[in-house]
Order: sequence, then C-alpha cells, then structure tokens
Amino acid sequence: MTLVADAPASGPAPEAPIEAFTVTLIIRRFDPDVDDEPRWQDFDVQMFATDRILDALHKIKWEQDGSLTFRRSCAHGICGSDAMRINGRNRLACKTLIKDLDITKPIYVEAIKGLPLEKDLIVDMDPFFESFREVQPFLQSNTAPPKDKERIQSVADRARFDDTTKCILCAACTSSCPVFWTDGQYFGPAAIVNAHRFIFDSRDEAAQTRLDILNDKEGVWRCRTTFNCTDACPRGIQVTQAIAEVKQAIMRGKP
Amino acid sequence: MPNNPAGTMTPRRPAGTLYRGREGMWSWVLHRITGVAIFFFLLVHVLDTAMVRVAPGAYNAVIDTYKNPIMGLGETALVAAIVFHAFNGIRIILIDLWSKGAKYQRVMFWIVIGLWVVTMLGFAPRHLINVFSEVGH
Ligand code: HEM
Ligand code: SF4
Ligand code: FES
Repeated sequence: MTLVADAPASGPAPEAPIEAFTVTLIIRRFDPDVDDEPRWQDFDVQMFATDRILDALHKIKWEQDGSLTFRRSCAHGICGSDAMRINGRNRLACKTLIKDLDITKPIYVEAIKGLPLEKDLIVDMDPFFESFREVQPFLQSNTAPPKDKERIQSVADRARFDDTTKCILCAACTSSCPVFWTDGQYFGPAAIVNAHRFIFDSRDEAAQTRLDILNDKEGVWRCRTTFNCTDACPRGIQVTQAIAEVKQAIMRGKP
Repeated sequence: MPNNPAGTMTPRRPAGTLYRGREGMWSWVLHRITGVAIFFFLLVHVLDTAMVRVAPGAYNAVIDTYKNPIMGLGETALVAAIVFHAFNGIRIILIDLWSKGAKYQRVMFWIVIGLWVVTMLGFAPRHLINVFSEVGH
C-alpha cells in the first residue's frame, strides 16, 4: 500500500458503472374510496444491489404512481414507521436490501397483518399503541432518588433488561403473531417486551402491577411460542425469551 | 411475470400471502393439528371402551371392525400424531420453563423430528406387518 495517488493528474479515473437491475415489486394495494377489497399491482423499477425496498417504494411513488401510500420517517431503522410484509415476512422496508432478496422473482410487498388496513401499506396502529399504554411503560417509584443524585443502578442490574430497551415500536412482532391475527385482544409481543423493560428494572417499583396486568387471559398465556416475533424483530430482540421470562416471573410471583 | 408497462393491473387473489414463519410457527401448526386430532380420537375411544361394560357383544363387534388395513393405517397416523405432540409438548415446556429453552428452540425442534423418526421406525414396520398379516383372517 502506498499513500501516493498514482492516478493521472487529469481528474479521477472513470468509475466502473454500477450495475442496475430491473426489479419487479408486486404490491398489495387498497384504496378505501374505490376498492371493495385489496388488489395486487406490479411495478418494475431500476434498482442497485445496495438499494432498499424503501428506495423502491420511493421510486414508484415519485416516478410512477404518486397515489402509493406508505409510512416512513427516519429511513434508517430507528423510527419504526415502515414495518411491512416483504416476501411473506415482516421487515422494515428501510432495512431490507435488494441484494438480500431473490430478484429473479417478483418481490411481494403488503401491509402488516392483524391490524385494520387503512390504505395500501398503512394500517391503523391505534390498537397496537393501546396495548402498549396498558402495560404502563414508564418508570414508577414511590421512593425519592438520593438527594441531588440520579437513581444508581449496577451494571448487572442494567444488563438484566438491556435487550428489551431496544424496541422501536414498529409492530413487526405483534403483527407476525398467529395468535394476534385471530385474537386482536391479545396484548401481543411488543406490549410484553415493553412491560419486560420495566418489570426487570431494579429502579422500578410497579413490577407487580404489570405482572397482574399480563396475567390476564389476553396476557402472556396467549403466547404459543411460534417465534415469529423473534424472527421478525428488526432490532434483534429475543422477544419470545422476554415473554418466557415474564411468564416465569408471574409464576414465581416476583420479577 | 413482469408486466409492462409498469403499473398494469393483474388479477390475483386479494388475500395476502401466507406468512412465511420458520420452524417455530410450523411446529405450532403441527402441534395444534395433532392436538385436535388426538382429542377427537380420544372422544371416540372413550365411547367404544365404555361399551365393554354396557354391551360386551357390541364392544367386540366394534373392535372387530378396527381389524382392517384402513384402520391399521389410521392407527399408524394416530401414533405418529401422538408421538410428535408428546415430544414437541416437552419442547414447549422447556421453552417456557428452562432459561435457555428459547435460545435452543430450533435445535430442540430438530431433535423432536429426529426422535419422532426413530420412534416411528421402531413402531410403524412392526405394526403394519401385524395389520397386513391379519388381512384375510
Ligand atoms: C394424548 C392426549 C392429548 C391431547 C388430546 C392433547 C391436546 C392438545 C391441544 C388441543 C392443545 C392445544 C394446542 C394449541 O392451542 O396450540 C395442546 C397443547 C399442548 N399439549 Fe397436548 N394433548 C395431548 C397430549 C399431550 C402430551 C402427552 C403432552 C406432553 C408430554 C402434551 C403437551 C402439550 C403442551 C405443552 C401444549 C401447549 C402447546 C401450546 O402452548 O401451544 N399434550 N394439547
Ligand atoms: S420488539 Fe422488535 S419487532 Fe416488536 S415492536 Fe419492538 S422493535 Fe418492533
Ligand atoms: S423509516 Fe424509520 S424505521 Fe424505517
């Protein structure tokens, strides 16, 4: 390796053109104003291997059909807006690279399942957030923190719930769950993950309340351990493991 | 498959695609199917066995109708279902109660399949030989 650039002084060498592919997306569309039921529509787009499904959706919306409707905000896997079913599995469109899919076949894109379909790739997230709120996902303590100090927590105590702090509330897990598809009352994995986040926090004092909430007939016992949630989580959270830990805490009667 | 110009409507079933779950989902599907199948079998079995007290003659008649190849194959399927359900039931119990259960669920699924194959290799040939050597008797 030499640090001396040996390119000719007459500007940068011409770059090799990056190969583009024609990718077919088949999108499940639904416009409540005109459609009685959803319909599938094909789109061909030119994509690079490093593009993501979100880029394909943008290209379609910006260049082919402005009526295509989907949610996205950050475009970098942190806001949790764009969970959708891509080739039959829940993923974030902004984290799904073209190169990781088989583009010799069309790519199927549809809304997540189990929540009311509003338009194209958008579902009504209200029931999802309602379950989230019900588990009281905030720190509760009746004791004041040490004077002029934060609440101290050991590294080990912090590590106890580290995995479940990573949730971005995208609903990929809850809407991948066969139990949730047929029983919309089930709290669902995401609510349990966020309850786990506080149940096992040594600074929190309302663990018992949350365990009682999740001991409900629509609570953790609905979980049939299909692991779809764990496989779907874009944050790599061990969702089924967290649910099992909450089940065990309920049986033990304490976190 | 690609349709030009882009954006052309193609009639397809409006329902969504089948969710592509992995081992966990399919083991659950099988567990429910086998669970329900075993339940209905037990229902019938309790009834026919109860007849032994009420009407022994009728009981013998019913049991005799079981001795034909169709029933023999059915029994093989039943044992296959129970064996899967029992082994996978243990897997589910371990997932719920063993701290490393969720981590090893996929390995345990393939162990269940392995044990199921071994058990069925032990049972099915013997049973089917019995069933078919009864034919014509
Ligand atoms: C032989 C008679 C049996 C019948 C009729 C039966 C039936 C069922 C049914 C209908 C379910 C519900 C499945 C679901 O909701 O997904 C179930 C679940 C279960 N069975 Fe069985 N079962 C039997 C034997 C066994 C045995 C021998 C074991 C274990 C050694 C077992 C372990 C389980 C477990 C752990 C579940 C919970 C599964 C889940 O959470 O989805 N069962 N059974
Ligand atoms: S647990 Fe994972 S899949 Fe579920 S809402 Fe949170 S980030 Fe999304
Ligand atoms: S757009 Fe924010 S997570 Fe994908």
